[in-house]
Amino acid sequence: MSVMMVRKKVMRKWEKLPGKNSFCCDGRIMMARQKGIFYLTLILILGTCSLFFAFECRYLAAHLSPAIPVFAVVLFLFALATLLRTSFSDPGVIPRALPDEAAFIEMEIEAANGNVPQGQRPPPRIKNVQINNQIVKLKYCYTCKIFRPPRASHCSICDNCVERFDHHCPWVGNCVGKRNYRYFYLFILSLSLLTIYIFTFNIVYISLNSVKVGFLNTLKETPGTVLEVFICFFTLWSVVGLTGFHTFLVSMNQTTNEDIKGSWTGKNRIQNPYSHGNFVKNCCEVLCGPVQPSVLDRRGIVQDQNGLAPLENSTPPPGAVTTSPLISRELPKEPVTPQDVRPEALEMSTSAPKKSEGSRGKEK
Amino acid sequence: FQGHNLQELRRSASLATKVFIQRDYSEGTMCQFQTKFPPELDSRIERQLFEETVKNLNNYYVEAEKIGGSSYLEGCLACATAYFIFLCMETHYEKVLKKISKYIQEQNEKIYAPRGLLITDPVERGMRVIEISIYEDRCSSGSSSSGSSSTTSSGGGGGVANRGR
Repeated sequence: MSVMMVRKKVMRKWEKLPGKNSFCCDGRIMMARQKGIFYLTLILILGTCSLFFAFECRYLAAHLSPAIPVFAVVLFLFALATLLRTSFSDPGVIPRALPDEAAFIEMEIEAANGNVPQGQRPPPRIKNVQINNQIVKLKYCYTCKIFRPPRASHCSICDNCVERFDHHCPWVGNCVGKRNYRYFYLFILSLSLLTIYIFTFNIVYISLNSVKVGFLNTLKETPGTVLEVFICFFTLWSVVGLTGFHTFLVSMNQTTNEDIKGSWTGKNRIQNPYSHGNFVKNCCEVLCGPVQPSVLDRRGIVQDQNGLAPLENSTPPPGAVTTSPLISRELPKEPVTPQDVRPEALEMSTSAPKKSEGSRGKEK
Repeated sequence: FQGHNLQELRRSASLATKVFIQRDYSEGTMCQFQTKFPPELDSRIERQLFEETVKNLNNYYVEAEKIGGSSYLEGCLACATAYFIFLCMETHYEKVLKKISKYIQEQNEKIYAPRGLLITDPVERGMRVIEISIYEDRCSSGSSSSGSSSTTSSGGGGGVANRGR
């Protein structure tokens, strides 16, 4: 049989991944499906900063110091870079179990549960693990067919289990988890600084200029100032507050999810077994520790059933079966418990819109 | 079981069953695997060799996730360049993962394939499990596959491991 080089476009694994993510740039970028609020974030940051650079900066550079716009640019670029990195990267999604693995685990569960009499509900699928002298319960995820690692949680918006799940943030259009938490933290930190910076220098500009030409004339000269001050004022309260909250979480090595569920607080609850007990150590681990590469393999090439690369086959079989973790979407979803619903419902509904910018995204 | 190299294994043997070595979370969320010897491998490989392999893998993962001076330096440097440096540089973790791949390949060639076993790199299973495939020599007549037959994977026919459905 001659080999007909059917020049079929190579199919990559991201096209076959389960879950409700959307992918761009041939799998390099990974986000949630709803991106509307993310675009709003970009527009606000970009809009406010453009106004600042266009109007106030000219005055401030001339009358005070040229370092002011320079520093603003640095802050702005850093905030943007961290935002895009947070939004576009894999938060730490755990691939779903392959059928063999799922069957193996099912068998283990059945062996552990023993015989359940007819009519009775089988006991919940939970494994107990001892970490640092505390008993931690691992729950079974019915969608992904795995026992979730400690600190992992299933995001119902993206329909994936995410490691060290913090929360799903609509402002960045992605989940925040193990792999992108530090970028998220640096983003809200740099955004806070940027907001404070722009707000302060707007006030300075208005004061200085009002002395010369009067308050109303100042506003007439640069009408954008009013808008900037308005946006900055509301952003300040929300973003700075959020930064403070996450600084607290980082220092205790906790996630938003754990904080909301009250995993480590309250009576008769175990203490956080992951905390080093030391503020500095916790910060260092969360912000400067090593980052595990993505295990999703979004850009791997899908192999067909025979394990050969697509071009080696004369005719690609219809609907090529992949070796990537694939569970049919028709499988019943896990019963949604209140605990699972809450973190996703907490969509960081802090009110103020943010400043945003829309330049070229980056990989990962 | 006659000695096979990896290529021959795939062609002449058929997949009998798979064993999954689970993660060991007793030290926390660090990537470690259980060293408990699965009963299915009892007749196939010496306990000592198996434990040696898993212990070495665990050590590699400890090295990858080590928090210390050099990891902080890498983190701070990356932060200072707004993480653009990762476009050209490989992280320490990625370097160790490559070492692990090589180690697993070497172990497969030297120890596991001759015994009709094949280790899959945990990275291909989302770092959840170490998957060990147990092959049945097609030529040998009716030899029983080791361990519980209830985990026999679907199909299992045809000289190539069908890891998919």
